[in-house]
Amino acid sequence: MTVAEIVFYLLALLSIVAAIGVVTVPNVVHAALFLILTLMGVAGFYILLSSEFLALVQILVYAGAVSILLLFGLMLTRGREQALPSVGPGSQWPLGLITGIVLGAVLITAVLDSAWPGDDGQVTMVSLNTLAGALFRDWLLPFEIVSIVLLVALIGAVVIAHHEEEA
Amino acid sequence: METAAEQIPLESFLFVSAILFSLGVFGVLSRRNAVHILMSVELMLNAVAINFVAFSTYTDGELFRGLVFGIFVIIIAAAEVGLALAIILRVFRSRATANVDEVSQLRW
Repeated sequence: MTVAEIVFYLLALLSIVAAIGVVTVPNVVHAALFLILTLMGVAGFYILLSSEFLALVQILVYAGAVSILLLFGLMLTRGREQALPSVGPGSQWPLGLITGIVLGAVLITAVLDSAWPGDDGQVTMVSLNTLAGALFRDWLLPFEIVSIVLLVALIGAVVIAHHEEEA
Repeated sequence: METAAEQIPLESFLFVSAILFSLGVFGVLSRRNAVHILMSVELMLNAVAINFVAFSTYTDGELFRGLVFGIFVIIIAAAEVGLALAIILRVFRSRATANVDEVSQLRW
């Protein structure tokens, strides 16, 4: 077993265990901390896939900004239902569990049964220079559109969350 | 010296991604706190992004379209979290709850 494989299995274990933590722990703050672990594990996958830039963006944007935003959201919506039971009358978690297991079984069967291309060991390394060139040349229009989407979303977030006195 | 990706088959990444996605689906269906549901959605988005990047690295050669889509997924996820938290805050202010079951006025 090579070093890369050992690292992969450790990362897979870390992110899957942390993801199970995200969806099962009753305390929402603990779930957010588990989510940070999962996101770090995914950043590790990006490094293994030789996409260092995406790994950095993942840590900066996801593990940094998004998780802090989620923790702020939790703090600001801390109410009487903080210890909201997921098990109880009208709870649909057994159905959710069945759906998750069935979907997972279908996906894993599909993954294992299909013949994927790329098994010839041909792996492309994309340097940051090449990626930047493609992003600002071939992908310029989608890039600009996604910037506008981000801008509109952020303005919308400010407008929606803005506290009106008469409301 | 072969790279790390050459020593790991593509299926391994797809396998982990499938498990993460299923966990995300389970979380969305079983949790009642809106922020908790949002976290499960993040799990699903990450699973999809792993798939994009893995396919890009193993099969897309010099085009690396999946890599660019991975970046777009992260941008859209950031926008989505900001917007969703604003809506959750607004609902919390008028209802004093973040429980999605109690916000059912639009349900028929």
